[in-house]
Amino acid sequence: MVDSKQQWKAWLYLSPAIVLLLVFTAWPIINTLRMAFLENYSGLQEIGGATFNFGIGNFLTVIKYKKFLQCLSNTVGLCITTVPISTILALLIAVALNSIKPLQKILQTIFFLPYVTNSIAIGMVFAAMFNIIGLRPGGGYADTWGIINLAIQAFGGEPINWINAGSNYGPNIIVMIVYIVWNALPFKILVLLGGLQSINKQYYDAAKVDSTSRTRVFARITVPLLSPMLAYVIITGFIGGFKEYSSIIGIFGENMGPAHDAGRLNTMVGFVYDALERDFQGRASAAALILFGIILLVTLFNNHVIKRFTHY
Amino acid sequence: MSQKDNVMQAKDLQKVSTASKVTQVLVKFGVYAFLIIMALIVLFPFYWMIISSLKDLSEYRAPTPTFWPNKVVWDNYPMAFSTANLGQLFMNTAYVGIVSTLLSLVITVLSAFAFARLEFKGKETLFGLLLATMMIPGELFTITNYLTVKNLGWMDTFEALIVPFLVSVFYIYLLRQNFMQIPNELYLAAKVDGCKDLKYLWKVMIPLAMPTLISITILKMMGAWNSYVWPNLVTKSDATRLITNGLRNAFSDSTGDVNYPVQMAAVVIVSAPLFMVFLFLRKYIMAGVSRSGIKG
Repeated sequence: MVDSKQQWKAWLYLSPAIVLLLVFTAWPIINTLRMAFLENYSGLQEIGGATFNFGIGNFLTVIKYKKFLQCLSNTVGLCITTVPISTILALLIAVALNSIKPLQKILQTIFFLPYVTNSIAIGMVFAAMFNIIGLRPGGGYADTWGIINLAIQAFGGEPINWINAGSNYGPNIIVMIVYIVWNALPFKILVLLGGLQSINKQYYDAAKVDSTSRTRVFARITVPLLSPMLAYVIITGFIGGFKEYSSIIGIFGENMGPAHDAGRLNTMVGFVYDALERDFQGRASAAALILFGIILLVTLFNNHVIKRFTHY
Repeated sequence: MSQKDNVMQAKDLQKVSTASKVTQVLVKFGVYAFLIIMALIVLFPFYWMIISSLKDLSEYRAPTPTFWPNKVVWDNYPMAFSTANLGQLFMNTAYVGIVSTLLSLVITVLSAFAFARLEFKGKETLFGLLLATMMIPGELFTITNYLTVKNLGWMDTFEALIVPFLVSVFYIYLLRQNFMQIPNELYLAAKVDGCKDLKYLWKVMIPLAMPTLISITILKMMGAWNSYVWPNLVTKSDATRLITNGLRNAFSDSTGDVNYPVQMAAVVIVSAPLFMVFLFLRKYIMAGVSRSGIKG
């Protein structure tokens, strides 16, 4: 039985949330769809009295846009490299952490530290480490190569122009991968270690009695029993990876690329914001919907693949 | 079996067990070596940030790097403060963080209470709808919210930074789960004793749900501290700009020739409060994060 006084009260308590959600969540969903299907929609022009045709023109413009394809390939490239690397590294670290007793707590805290940082701020530290210091204008020569290059020289290698003007795409991407992996590790380690600690010890005792080898225990007990956590980490990793944006700002600044080639490392999200700031909301909406579609497809695909290997 | 054979076997067994002990020690050693090397890699950027912020520019540029400053220079810190106008940005961020956290907590508690304790028509449908919105990437909302904020005349105001993010469906969900664990009998008993809803909420539910509320507070504050994209869209002046925006823009230089020690000092100033919070509230942060998987 639902008494009417409770009904009234419930809606009263919910009203602030509902009002805000209608304005800042429900309306944006409807409006994004509307803008995406109004060709060349621009908010400013609409206020000025312009009307727009209904159609899929925005999607076609976006897909044909060379810059968009570059953003897409950057995003996909970063995703398919950083997610596997960070997942495997995090798995190894979590398994190693789980197998030790002394120092476990302190190491666990250290591995979590990158999480509580500001990704722009620490991006600037990485940029400083990879940067060439005291660049002489025009010459391209440096007073100092920067700490990473000095380390490479110490091991007998040649210094590389990682992120400065004149650098190549390869080194740029390597720096991004290193930084994104460094940033992605803490969350993955936290989740995987939590999963490991909840595995029943009896499985390992049984394996010990049968004197099963370490690698076999890892492949046949640890990984299958950890598979739900691995699945979670991989799926959220891909979702986060497709929304990569601020880590690139951290390294390269708003230029989104080395000084001579702005926008070279731009991503899907970056493309949406660029279109938005230049008052092409129709295109921005279309791009955001494409991004949403890709994330949805990848997540469904991941779910499908993972279901076949996951052991619940 | 002769006795000699028996002795041989025992010796073999012993050999095997010492051999396995040796591998065990080697494996342990390998595990520690791996973990410590990885930990050093994780820590290096923090170390480099701190010592760079204490060097003077000529030492930072020296061709042979020093791993401890020859002369510790504190001047970089006041310089960073004035270059990036960090004092003002600090106050802005604190204001936005505190106000939005408080308002957000009130809204979250009231909604979670309604979903957990009260009966009303369409409750399940509404809750399902809310959860469904969690799947949509935030960028999709940003486009329209940018226009909304513009039309409301909120550009370059604190309202633009606070209001659109007051409701988090995830926090409502988290707190509702927590509220549901509190036995309903407690609520009914309080009703019989003539206790008002709000008083019950304040005296019973909130204290019992404290760990979740603390997690929400910390994540929300960290969110304000780390947010970059949205403030960058809606704020243009130092009067409303948040700390991360000021940090990235104050030192950018197209030639790539930057006074790095000062920049690193600014990064230390911005990172330090987060580390402090982390040191004291590690438990809540790690619990909140492992449940949510969201970053600021």
